[in-house]
Amino acid sequence: MAVPQPKQTALEARLQAMTLPQGGLWATAAREAALSRLQAMGLPDRRDEYWKFTRPDTLVQVEAPHAALFLNDDEPDSFADVDRLKLVFVDGVFDAEASDDLTLAGVRIERLATAAKSDIHWARDLYGVLEERGQSPVARPLATLNTAYATDGLLIHVTGRPSKPINLVYVHKSEVSDAILHHVIKLDPEAEVTILENGPAAARFNKVMEVEVADGARFHHIRTQGRDHERRAATHIFARLGAGSLFKSFTMTANGVMTRNECVIDLVGDDAVAHVAGAAMGDGDFHQDDTVFVTHDALRCESRQVFKKVLRNGATGVFQGKILVKPGAQKTDGYQISQAFLLDEDSQFLAKPELEIYADDVACSHGSTSGAIDEDALYYLRARGIPRTIATDLLTLSFLAEAVEEIEDEGLREDINSQLAAWLERRRR
Amino acid sequence: MLEIKNLHVDLEEEDKTILKGVNLTVEAGTVHAIMGPNGSGKSTMSYVLSGRDGYKVTNGSATLDGVDLLGMEPEERAAAGLFLAFQYPVEIPGVGNMTFLRTAVNAQRKARGQEEMSAAEFLKVVRDKAKTLQIDADMLKRPVNVGFSGGEKKRNEILQMAMLEPKMCILDETDSGLDVDAMKLVADGVNALRDAGRAFLVITHYQRLLDHIKPDVVHIMSDGRIVKTGGPELALEVEQNGYADILAEVA
Repeated sequence: MAVPQPKQTALEARLQAMTLPQGGLWATAAREAALSRLQAMGLPDRRDEYWKFTRPDTLVQVEAPHAALFLNDDEPDSFADVDRLKLVFVDGVFDAEASDDLTLAGVRIERLATAAKSDIHWARDLYGVLEERGQSPVARPLATLNTAYATDGLLIHVTGRPSKPINLVYVHKSEVSDAILHHVIKLDPEAEVTILENGPAAARFNKVMEVEVADGARFHHIRTQGRDHERRAATHIFARLGAGSLFKSFTMTANGVMTRNECVIDLVGDDAVAHVAGAAMGDGDFHQDDTVFVTHDALRCESRQVFKKVLRNGATGVFQGKILVKPGAQKTDGYQISQAFLLDEDSQFLAKPELEIYADDVACSHGSTSGAIDEDALYYLRARGIPRTIATDLLTLSFLAEAVEEIEDEGLREDINSQLAAWLERRRR
Repeated sequence: MLEIKNLHVDLEEEDKTILKGVNLTVEAGTVHAIMGPNGSGKSTMSYVLSGRDGYKVTNGSATLDGVDLLGMEPEERAAAGLFLAFQYPVEIPGVGNMTFLRTAVNAQRKARGQEEMSAAEFLKVVRDKAKTLQIDADMLKRPVNVGFSGGEKKRNEILQMAMLEPKMCILDETDSGLDVDAMKLVADGVNALRDAGRAFLVITHYQRLLDHIKPDVVHIMSDGRIVKTGGPELALEVEQNGYADILAEVA
């Protein structure tokens, strides 16, 4: 199918402004393949059904829109107290000075920028491969653009159970930075790792994370997309799960003028479990979109999608979530909930929950609501002497709890909870 | 302590009068019981006193130690010393019972200009009081009332009362949904709080609760008014003969 002329023009303009990074055989092949796939699909525009609720203009345009820097001076950075391996990118450029040594028992970590120079690498079998699998049935051109043009990222091969989480910290220091990072994470059978991500990253951030979870392996992912008001981000996670494996991903989004988080999960081994959750809090000029696609293609797999959004002063939340159960994926257990808490009349929540089921012995449930505060609960708290403002905050945290509880580790869960509480408290003043 | 004069209350949403001139005085150190048929306005009175939305006071007054209750926000009434043990305690997922209790205790202390309780101090007090109500550590940790049995919810109400140490306690059908043992436990909790500076208003359908929490005064409420007041024997009369005789007598 030919790409319509306006899309063609937009794509050409964008590509002209970029250079395909040079590398060794494997990386060059992957990048060139991605480029030709991208040329066949074009960049998203507002007429695309998949971008009906989120205008892609600013994510697609040639220059990254200007984004003023945000000084966080009243709260510690996420995960600051966690014993972790810290790896820092500033505006998409790896900062070796600020980072820990890449060595950690049970895992091999390399930079894409380095590994791409060699002719052979294990990442060849995954880089752009999971991303390409995720292009059907819905195109995700920004991820393809990323595969072609990513300047750096981390290739993480988890062979055992590293003793501490790996924390990717994204610092935003330039008002016009346009960062493209691509990570590949491969977990061997029975391996287990926790990946933490935080920070605004750049004025505009395009990030792909491909995750291969082998049989019996366990992958935990917790990310915070911080308080930087004017940053924009389009992120993708592509995960493939083997038999009996576990994938858990939680994202907290606070502020940020534009965020699109896509998560594409393929359950290909029997008895695999995938949970993806998010808690978003927006005030004013805030547009946050969670787009999730879970495919069940094996027996007895479980998937959960839990997304909660607190919106005020005209903020917009979007949820597009799909569960696809392929023929033969019997005993599938699928769950999906998306809920918005609208703190005033100006904010809006747009949701498109979808189920598509081709097996006859499955249990899938889904729900989507948007509403205001529960007056009975508010009265109960106030009758105990808790002032309205504090009671409202408590009930807001209560509303977000189902998503936050998806974080297994208690310490990390508390870390997120205190950031959520702090966000609310700042608005109470 | 609590003084209600000629209280008239309408429902806000519909044109319906619920309370039609309630007069009631509860003195410090006493226990008053209110009984009455369904729909007589007992629960409405407890909601109006504690400040729930949806009711319109058209006439009359209610004061606590001389302070006008009806003009205050619910949290201000609580800080002033009013406590309502709910008939249906609300479940609040995601908020730990302990967090809830500590937030409430400290909010009230702050409102009264007292120093807030430290986490350690609070923990000690709450553990102590929870123990006598047979509330275990797990119940304190769990989200407020979520997954609690009927008895656990009511015990949790009494724990809140014990922690907040109000002057005026209203118990709205605290016996509903309780088995005999649970009722005894709740009643013991209430009796432990009885003292000269505190008063209770116990709303109930049954004499049985009043075997455990012995009232000084019993009122019968009907059609939005208190129609008869007497001693504990009045509750026994209701238990034996129902309301028909009493209502016929005052009609």
